Amino acid sequence: MDHFAYFPQTEGDIKAMLERIGVNSLDDLYSDVPGEFMFKGEYDLPDALSETEVRSFFEDLAEKNVPLKIFAGAGAYDHYSPSVVQNIISRSEFLTAYTPYQCEISQGTLRYIFEYQSIICALTGMDVSNASMYDGPTAAAEAMMLCIASTKKKTRVLLSDGLLPHVVKTVETYAKYHGIEIGHAPVMNGQTCINCLKAELSKGDVAGVILPSINRFGIVEDHSGFGEAIHGAKALMVEYCDPSALAVVKSPAEWGADIAVGDGQPLGIPVCFGGPYVGFMAAKKDYLRKLPGRIVGQTVDREGKRSYVLTLQAREQHIRREKATSNICSNQSLMALYVTVYASLMGPEGLRKVNELSSAGAHYLYNRLLSTGKFEEVFPNKPFLKEFVLKPLIPIADLQKKLKDNGFFGALATEEGFVSFAVTEKRTPEEIDALVKVVEE
Amino acid sequence: MKYYDKLIFEFSKEGNIGYSLPRNRYSETPLLPSSVAREAPLPLPEVSEVDVVRHYTNLSQMNFGVDTGFYPLGSCTMKYNPKINEEIAAMPAWNSIHPLQDEDTVQGVLEVYYNMEKSLAAITGLSKFTFNPCAGAHGELTGLMIMKRYHELRGDSARKKIIVPDSAHGTNPASAAVCGFEVVEVKSLENGRIDVAALETLLDETVAGIMMTNPNTLGLFETEIKEIAALVHKAGGLLYYDGANMNPLMGVVRPGDMGFDIMHLNLHKTFSTPHGGGGPGSGPVGVAKHLEACLPLPHVVKGEDGKFHIEKDNGTSAGKVSGFMGNFGVILRAYTYILMLGKQHLRSVGQLSVLGANYIKESLKDVYKLPIEGVCKHEFVFDGLVNDGAREDVPGATTLDVAKRLLDFGFHAPTIYFPLLFHQAIMIEPTETESKETLDSFIEVMRKIAKEAAEDPNILHEAPHNTPVRRPDETAAARNPILKYQDAI
Repeated sequence: MDHFAYFPQTEGDIKAMLERIGVNSLDDLYSDVPGEFMFKGEYDLPDALSETEVRSFFEDLAEKNVPLKIFAGAGAYDHYSPSVVQNIISRSEFLTAYTPYQCEISQGTLRYIFEYQSIICALTGMDVSNASMYDGPTAAAEAMMLCIASTKKKTRVLLSDGLLPHVVKTVETYAKYHGIEIGHAPVMNGQTCINCLKAELSKGDVAGVILPSINRFGIVEDHSGFGEAIHGAKALMVEYCDPSALAVVKSPAEWGADIAVGDGQPLGIPVCFGGPYVGFMAAKKDYLRKLPGRIVGQTVDREGKRSYVLTLQAREQHIRREKATSNICSNQSLMALYVTVYASLMGPEGLRKVNELSSAGAHYLYNRLLSTGKFEEVFPNKPFLKEFVLKPLIPIADLQKKLKDNGFFGALATEEGFVSFAVTEKRTPEEIDALVKVVEE
Repeated sequence: MKYYDKLIFEFSKEGNIGYSLPRNRYSETPLLPSSVAREAPLPLPEVSEVDVVRHYTNLSQMNFGVDTGFYPLGSCTMKYNPKINEEIAAMPAWNSIHPLQDEDTVQGVLEVYYNMEKSLAAITGLSKFTFNPCAGAHGELTGLMIMKRYHELRGDSARKKIIVPDSAHGTNPASAAVCGFEVVEVKSLENGRIDVAALETLLDETVAGIMMTNPNTLGLFETEIKEIAALVHKAGGLLYYDGANMNPLMGVVRPGDMGFDIMHLNLHKTFSTPHGGGGPGSGPVGVAKHLEACLPLPHVVKGEDGKFHIEKDNGTSAGKVSGFMGNFGVILRAYTYILMLGKQHLRSVGQLSVLGANYIKESLKDVYKLPIEGVCKHEFVFDGLVNDGAREDVPGATTLDVAKRLLDFGFHAPTIYFPLLFHQAIMIEPTETESKETLDSFIEVMRKIAKEAAEDPNILHEAPHNTPVRRPDETAAARNPILKYQDAI
C-alpha cells in the first residue's frame, strides 16, 4: 500500500488491526463479496497528483474560462459578498459539521439556523420558515406539493407565465412525476393577469397559485386583489421572491400570500455557475405542520439554559417514510449561514442601499441603451428594480457576441425576442458607459 | 466548549452598520411607486462588523466538526475534508461565473463536469452521470424519475411499485412516494440480508424497480445480489443503488458490475466534500447505457470539435430537476479529491474504511450486543449494551445515554436508533481517515462507558456533563414552537 496524506495508518497499524479482527489481509475483509464482483481491472483514472500539481492543473483549467462583467440576472445576481461572509463560513467548526443531530455539541449550527429562520421571516413577513432547501426552483416545487397536500381534492397548481423559465421547468418536472396538473396564469402587459387568473380559479380544481414578486421581465408585479381572488377559490397563494429585493418591494405577507419561496443567492452567495445556492420557504403558521425540511426551535436544557434543537420532526421523511409530503433530508445549512451573516452585516439600511444602487444603475443603463436608438421600450412605465427587458432592433446574436467579445455578459434573450439586463451595486457608472459604447459601435 | 448565549439580534443598536458600499454616483435614484413598495418594517439586526465577527466566532466554538474530532456517525461517512479542496473551490475564476454564460466562455467549468462524469463512471462501472441533483435525497428522487421515464418511453405504464427493504433509510420510501410510486417493503432475514424468496413473490409486471444499498444499512454485503439482480431484471424492473454506502466499495467493487442500472453518489460523503452543518451536498446520478437517454438536462457533452457543449433538450430526458446544473462548487471539491487520490489510492479508501469498522466491532462486541456476526463493511450496528445496569430502582442505560456520555469524552456520537430493525441501534462508521490511535481511544472510552453503565447507569442518564447545554427539552420545543427571534421576545 502506498502512503497517502489522508490515510493515517502505518503498515504496522494495519497488521495489528488485521490481527485483532482475525484475518490475514485486507482482501480477506471482502470474503463476503462474490469473487466475480471484485474489480480486477485498472481504474480508468488519472495518476495521483501532489498539491502543487493540482493547483497548477486548476489554474490552467480556469484559464479556459473567459472572465466577464456580469450584466445579467435571470435568477442569479452578481451582488457583492463582504469579506466577513467568506471568513465566517470558512470556519471549520461550521464547515465540517454534519446536520445537528447531537444538539449539545451543535449549538453553533442550531443558533445560526434559528437566526436564519428569523431573517427569512423578517424579509417575507411570514410566521414560520424552514431551515432552508436546495435552491429557489426546488423550493417552488416543494411549495406546489404543499399546496396539494393542504387542500382537499384539488389537483391543479397554476404557474404565472411571469416566473423565470428555470423555475417553471423544475416545478413542471416535479409535478409530472408526483401526478399534479399544471395550469398557467398568463401575463398581459408585463404582469400576471388577474382576470385570466380568476377565470382559471373559477374551475374549482386549483390548489395553489405561484406568482413572481418580480417577474422575468424585471417588473415588480402589483398583486393587489390577488390574495382575495385566490383565497376566494380556496387555493393557496405562493410568492416567488428575490429576498434581497424584499427590503424595498412589498413582502409576500403584505400581498396576502400563504407561502413565500425563492432563492437566497442574492444575499451574499457568489454566482459560482449556479450553485451551491439556497432555497428558502416560509409560510403562515397554519401550514407549519406540513412545512417540508428541517426546522429549528428554541427551548431550555436541564439547567434552564436557552438552547436550540431540531423540532417538529414528526413531519419528516425519517419518521413518516412514504407518508411524508417531502423527501428532503438535510437543509443547505452552510448557504443559510451565508445569508445569515450577509443579512446581519447589511441590516435594513444596507439592504435598502444595495437596492438603491442596483436600481439607479439599472435605470441609468436602461436610459443609456434606449438613447443608442438600437432598442425599443417594451413595458414603458412599469416599475423595475435591478433587471429590465428591452426589444433590440439589431439581431440578438450579434448583440450578445459584441458584448462577449468586449468582456461583458448581458442581453439574455427571452422567448418573446426581448433581451434582459441586470445591474447590481458591483457595477460602476464607468462600466455601464463602456458597455453602452460597445453597443453603439 | 463554552456556553455562549447571544443571538445576533441582541446586539442590535439603531444606527449601527456592518456594511461598506460604494457611494451613489448616479444622478438619479428612482423610487418604486408606493403601490408596490414595502411599507412593513424590516426587523433585521443593526450591528457592526466586529459584532458579527465575534458573534459567529463564538457560535462556531459551540460546534463539533470533523476537524474537531472523531465523528463516527454511521451512514454519514464523516471523513476528513481536505483543505486543498476548499482553496480550489474558492478561486475567483469559478465563483465569478454566471450560470447562463455562453458555452465558449465557460469551457474550463464544462471540462470539470465532463472529467467528473468520466471519473465517476470509471469508479462505479456505470455509463453516464448527471450532476444536477443537489443532495443525496435529491439524487434518489432524480434516479426514480429516470426509472419512471424509462418505463414510460417503453410504453410500460403499469409499473407503479417500488420495492424497498425494511432496513432502508426513510428517504428511500419518501423519495419513491414523491415520485408518485407506491412503496412495497421487503423483509430482511435473520442474517440482515434481503429475503430473496420473499422478494420473488413481490416481483411482477407492476414493479418499476427496487431501491437498495449494498452494503446495506447494517453494513452487511448483500451476498445474493447476483440472484436479486437477475430476478428483478427478469420481471422487467430496474435496480437502484443508494450510494450512501459506496465508501467501502471504492476501488474494490463497482455497482454497475453487480447489475445496478441507476445510482446516486453523495459527493459530501464518499468524495470528501464538507457537510457544512447539513449541506450543501451534491448527489450526482449515474445510469447504465440503456438509460442514458433519460438523464436530466442540461448535461455537458464533448463535441467532435473537442469543445464542450451543454445539451438542453432531447425529447427523452426525465426533465429538469434543479435551477441550473447542481452544486458546482461542491463538484469542484470532489474533483480535486479524485485528482489527489488518483488511481493509486482509490482502493485504500475502501479497504481502510472496512478495516477500521471491523477493528472497532471486534474490540467492543463483548460489551455491546452484536446482533449479526461476521465481517462487516464500512459500518456496523450494535443493539445496545450487553449489561445496561438495570436494577429494581434504576432503569438501564439506553443507546441515547451512551451517545450522550460519549460527548463528555470529546467524541461525536454514532448514529442512533437507526436502522429501525433493532430497538437500541448504535451505528458506527469510522472512515479511512482515522488513525489506529484515534480508534483505540474511542474503543477505550466505549468500554469505560459500558463499565459505568453496569456499575451506575445514573452516570449515563445524567450525561452529558460537560457540554455547553445538557439534553435540551425537545418535547417542550415541539409543544410550544418558538421558531424565530420575534416569537421569543
